[in-house]
Amino acid sequence: MIPPDARPRLAPKVRLRLDQKTNRHMLLYPEKGMQLNATAADIVQLCTGEYTVEEIVARLAEKYVSQPRATIEREVQTFLGALAERALLKTEP
Amino acid sequence: MSVSPERAGTSGEHRPYTLVAELTYLCPLRCAYCSNPLDYARHASTLDTGTWLEVLRSAEALGVVQLNLTGGEPLLRKDLEALVAEAEHLQLYTNLITSGVPLARERLRELRDLGLDNVQLSIQDVTAAGADRIAGRRTFQRKLHVARWVKELSLPLTLNIVLHRENLDHVEEMVALAEQLDADRLELANTQYLGWALLNRAHLLPSREQLARARAVAAAARERLKGRMEILFVTPDYYVETPKACMDGWGRRFIVVSPDGLVLPCHLAHTLPGLEFESVRERPLAEIWRDSPGLNAFRGEEWMAEPCRSCERRSVDFGGCRCQAYHLTGRITATDPACSLSPDHGLIEAARAEVAGASAGAPPSLTYRSARLGEASPSRP
Repeated sequence: MIPPDARPRLAPKVRLRLDQKTNRHMLLYPEKGMQLNATAADIVQLCTGEYTVEEIVARLAEKYVSQPRATIEREVQTFLGALAERALLKTEP
Repeated sequence: MSVSPERAGTSGEHRPYTLVAELTYLCPLRCAYCSNPLDYARHASTLDTGTWLEVLRSAEALGVVQLNLTGGEPLLRKDLEALVAEAEHLQLYTNLITSGVPLARERLRELRDLGLDNVQLSIQDVTAAGADRIAGRRTFQRKLHVARWVKELSLPLTLNIVLHRENLDHVEEMVALAEQLDADRLELANTQYLGWALLNRAHLLPSREQLARARAVAAAARERLKGRMEILFVTPDYYVETPKACMDGWGRRFIVVSPDGLVLPCHLAHTLPGLEFESVRERPLAEIWRDSPGLNAFRGEEWMAEPCRSCERRSVDFGGCRCQAYHLTGRITATDPACSLSPDHGLIEAARAEVAGASAGAPPSLTYRSARLGEASPSRP
């Protein structure tokens, strides 16, 4: 689990771009890519090193008001964990 | 919240994701497993800057998001800077696939400033003696300098090491070197036996046991370094029982443009007889991608013979590698002999048996890459 006070940011090798073909965001890194759905894109755009995980959850809770906070928290953790495991995310200060 | 699988694509249409721009076949190295065609010197008439820029723009319009600048040695192109700048403008993820020779630190800094996203540096082994022997040139020390510059300039570094019998026992040292150089990614890619590597197969193909030991070392390192360094271990086709989905399928995800402008599905498709490939000098890339007889030859499943035709894996591996099928069997539509179901699988088994029976002795003479096909140059570097 990523500590709630960590300030995640994309690893230097990762670029975020809008895919003109699908109008969805995608992460690009050496020889691969990952298409993001709207929520994933929202999270990634907050991975700048500026916001803590807690603040990212709070931002999403404001946007997705119908979702219970616990669900959002779990989803953010799962997604960020998956990125970190692939070395796509830096979470240390 | 779900993210779609990596390399997810649209169904039905052939949307390319990656452009492999082979900027030149020239290279200062003479690696005995080079993946360029044996007759690379026949393709010496290279595209000019303006044509490459147009290729980048057309590729992006088709859906390409990844650009591999490769060769030969892409650094030999004086217009690399212009291509990187245009790629940045097009928001392409630009990966420089290089031997690191010849390169000055200043030039690397400029490429970074222009928007280069990743440097994939080849290293041939963990010692100068081993590395320089396979490369046919003294370049090892130079490459270590380049690796350090890449990191000093805050560029992401992929180390690519091609594995074969002579260096496969050094995977532990390779991982240590990658850690020492602070690589972001380590690609341990076994030689695939096509082109120059097929010529040298008897000297390069490892035994099953040697391969298994190396794979175990790589797996342990991958686990230990998870989240810090990505480690890939690519098995040689000769030791898999189901063939790989070569290039993710013929003419599906990758566009390869050769130095002289041919639009290809892979690095070696122009070595296959009877296929008509077209040049970006004569026709727009988008039209070639859609209509080229060569690109359409093995799209879909119509071309397949048994055992592929009725195989449930046909939509997974697409019949394997066309080049391997042709260069081993002489038949272009054959099932890839790497497949255990192929009637030609005995060719693979015979090559493995040869390794198992080989005795240790003096290092063999390798046939180094050279402009004159068949010119054996077994001299040591």
